[in-house]
Amino acid sequence: MIIFDRVTVRYTEDGPPPLRDVTLTVEEGELCLVAGRTGAGKSTLLRAINGLVPHFTGGTLHGSVTVDGRDTRRHPPRDLADVVGVVGQDPLSGFVTDTVEEELAYGMEQLSLPPAVMRKRVEETLDLLGIADLRDRPLRTLSGGQQQRVAIGAVLTSHPRVLVLDEPTSALDPTAAEDVLAAVTRLVHDLGVTVVLAEHRLERVMQYADRLLYLPGDGRVVNGPPAMVLAGVELAPPLVELGRLAGWDPLPLSVRDARRRAAQLRGRLADGAPPAPTPAPEPATALSARKIVVRYPGTVAVAGVDLDLQVGRVVALMGRNGSGKSSLLWAVQGSGPRQGGAVTVTGSAGDVDPKSLPAHQARRQVGLVPQTPGDLLYLETVDGECHQADQETEAAAGTCRALLDQLTPGLPGDRHPRDLSEGQRLALALAVQLTAAPPVVLLDEPTRGLDYLAKRQFVSLVRGLAAAGRSMVVATHDVELVAALADRVIVMADGEIVADGSTAEVMLASPAFAPQVAKVLAPAPWLTVDQVAAALVVEREPA
Amino acid sequence: MTDAAVDSSTTTDRWSARWSAWRLPRGLHPGAWWLWALGLATAASHTTNPLGLTLLVTVAALVVVARRGHAPWALAFRMYVWLGVVIVAMRVVFRIVFGGGQGDYVLVRLPEIPLPEWAAGIRLLGPVAAEQVLGGFYDGLRLATMLICLGAANALANPKRLLKAVPGALYAVGTAVVVALSVAPQLVESVLRVRRARRLRGASGRGMRAFWGVALPVLADALDRSLALAAAMDSRGYGRTAAVPAGQRTVTGTLVLGGLLGVCAGTYGLLDTTGPGYLGLPLLLAGLVAAVGGMLLAGRRVRRSRYRPDRWRLAELLIAGCGIAAAGLTMLAGTVDPELLYPPVSPLTWPELTPLLLLAVAVAAVPAWLAPPPTPVPKDRT
Repeated sequence: MIIFDRVTVRYTEDGPPPLRDVTLTVEEGELCLVAGRTGAGKSTLLRAINGLVPHFTGGTLHGSVTVDGRDTRRHPPRDLADVVGVVGQDPLSGFVTDTVEEELAYGMEQLSLPPAVMRKRVEETLDLLGIADLRDRPLRTLSGGQQQRVAIGAVLTSHPRVLVLDEPTSALDPTAAEDVLAAVTRLVHDLGVTVVLAEHRLERVMQYADRLLYLPGDGRVVNGPPAMVLAGVELAPPLVELGRLAGWDPLPLSVRDARRRAAQLRGRLADGAPPAPTPAPEPATALSARKIVVRYPGTVAVAGVDLDLQVGRVVALMGRNGSGKSSLLWAVQGSGPRQGGAVTVTGSAGDVDPKSLPAHQARRQVGLVPQTPGDLLYLETVDGECHQADQETEAAAGTCRALLDQLTPGLPGDRHPRDLSEGQRLALALAVQLTAAPPVVLLDEPTRGLDYLAKRQFVSLVRGLAAAGRSMVVATHDVELVAALADRVIVMADGEIVADGSTAEVMLASPAFAPQVAKVLAPAPWLTVDQVAAALVVEREPA
Repeated sequence: MTDAAVDSSTTTDRWSARWSAWRLPRGLHPGAWWLWALGLATAASHTTNPLGLTLLVTVAALVVVARRGHAPWALAFRMYVWLGVVIVAMRVVFRIVFGGGQGDYVLVRLPEIPLPEWAAGIRLLGPVAAEQVLGGFYDGLRLATMLICLGAANALANPKRLLKAVPGALYAVGTAVVVALSVAPQLVESVLRVRRARRLRGASGRGMRAFWGVALPVLADALDRSLALAAAMDSRGYGRTAAVPAGQRTVTGTLVLGGLLGVCAGTYGLLDTTGPGYLGLPLLLAGLVAAVGGMLLAGRRVRRSRYRPDRWRLAELLIAGCGIAAAGLTMLAGTVDPELLYPPVSPLTWPELTPLLLLAVAVAAVPAWLAPPPTPVPKDRT
């Protein structure tokens, strides 16, 4: 269906090519997963399938890409619209019209299909993706998962043979991600659509994939069945790491696979127990918030929430999209709206409410890194941002740069912040906020778009900051990240706290929040591969 | 006899079936509502009779309330009414301040502000006469009524659907406008987001530096979004055109450009009474024909179909007809007894209605019952 024949893509004459001499074939009806580090060329590979590379992006493409017998050299993307459907990372920025029904029809109008066919296909697609009740809704009022399904529906109505999805679930909470993935697998199984899908969080999709294309980052593409390719990959989802640790072959791709093989491992671990959570004595309170209320016209985002943060602890804030996580963080920091309640930060300046302080003093009490860290940055170079941060906070020259070097060593100072990778940009924004030395640091959805290696670095970075006496809060959907990172988990729903307890307590209590390792090794309370590995080492030593 | 009974019963059945089909909720062609509203506005422009104007506003409000949908723009009508009130108030206040004070019935005597010699002819404040206030009120009411009529069209018809009804040749322009309309709220959103983020860095939010701190991320954001949108449109088939020979392209271009030039020159000739006669109406018509021809030719290049296009059916025809009839009847009333349509303010008289004006208002109100009802509210509105 898709044939890459000795494809090399270059954007600049002298830079390294994102794809070098790639030859591969994706068969009809396959679900093909594309994985690799950030910046390894995943998007380039996906965009080459419908000719956006090089027709739209520029650059040169050697070799040939053929889709359903059509060469992308002679067919620009618009002429491939009836064969390949592409859904970008942010569905909202790809919408052309303003209501669901019109968006579904847009592609067909361009292909000038007869009105009767359009009418029928719109109804079919609404049912297929379970969005029939949304048909008249304005696109902007939909939730993230609904928008993603509408975006998929909008390309499906043209009946493409190939569907290309670029990180369709990266911004979604676990339930919404399940909805989208369920829709995608139904397309593969019921309609025989060929799907090419890029994803960072492999644990969600690898069990459905027929083929894995792994991009190591040097222009090569490793191509094969998922279990085989993952065996040779340096950083993999927890399930695969657990499989490697236990020496299973082939590697398990789903919780079911792993659970069926884990009987022996569970036996070996029966005596041990994961290490008890960090120091029992209650540490000092860094921030205490009482009865926080945030209201927006028509809704109550946060309904009287109490929150206490301890020195040196990492708290994970979870809950579905729109449950009030961001509103709570912004209200606690003092920059966002807050209609009721009180916040007390116990810092060097005694007990203060950041809301009562001017903005440049509030950031010395509570630092917040917003969902899009790039919003904090507006200068042309990394050095410029660091210098500006030192000046703003009256810190000694070089403070911000030193912090940045602790977080990610060796970032070139003359680089433009927009040219950094997601992880580097996050580190820079965090360094800028840390320059003011706040005792409490809040991170809103920091791991969007981070690969496994960057996430592991992020975990050690946050743990390091907590060990240095800061109180950290991370709002996230990523269950595996929380398992490795947090001391305490707070779950929010509809503006209220529905669960608050140690990571093990909260995460083991419900399957929705349980990490994969816990699902495999239940009922024993293991959360991460690292815990299991440590226990196995202890077991081996006395022997 | 039995035959006749059967016949009559089937005719009633057929009529009732037709009537219920007519009453099926649907969105009317936006063009019909615009023609109706323009008709009302034309009628309003031909009279200063406050009774007639008030009736026209009432009719517009009645139809809007009876037949508007549930979309955001439908709620904008209230805003137009307030704007109308402001216009009337401004007119009256201006007459009081710069009044000139002609009239016999002086209501109050405000202290006059003396102006220097060179400003002779302008008088500030001074005695306020009833005639002068009333004149301002009539004038303002006429303008406000025209505005409210257009507001009614805006509330009744989806402005974006009107753009969809443009001819094929202007399709690209229509798309650009739709995209621009949807970009505006996104831009506002990102300005708010970035300004909030700037506060996190302790920015005061004033001065040139703060401006760039917000403007640069927002611009970069907008650029990213438009690139993403362009990529999405390209991969969804936007701009697939049928192959056109170069010769035909030249002909089309010449026709459209020449036609538009002709329209401009013709309009000028029509308005400029001193020019030669052939520059007026004939040139305007010729230009119009050429431009429309060129657009039709160009429209054949655009190969796309329309999803659920608004059809022009009998109901649309009747509603547009109601508006045009209202305008026509008012003009007719103007030729029959002009002094009733423009009631004199001096001497002060009580304005009267003419039967023709009443008829015009009645005709204008008919769409409140004649138009099919709007589509009901979607069930799960949040």
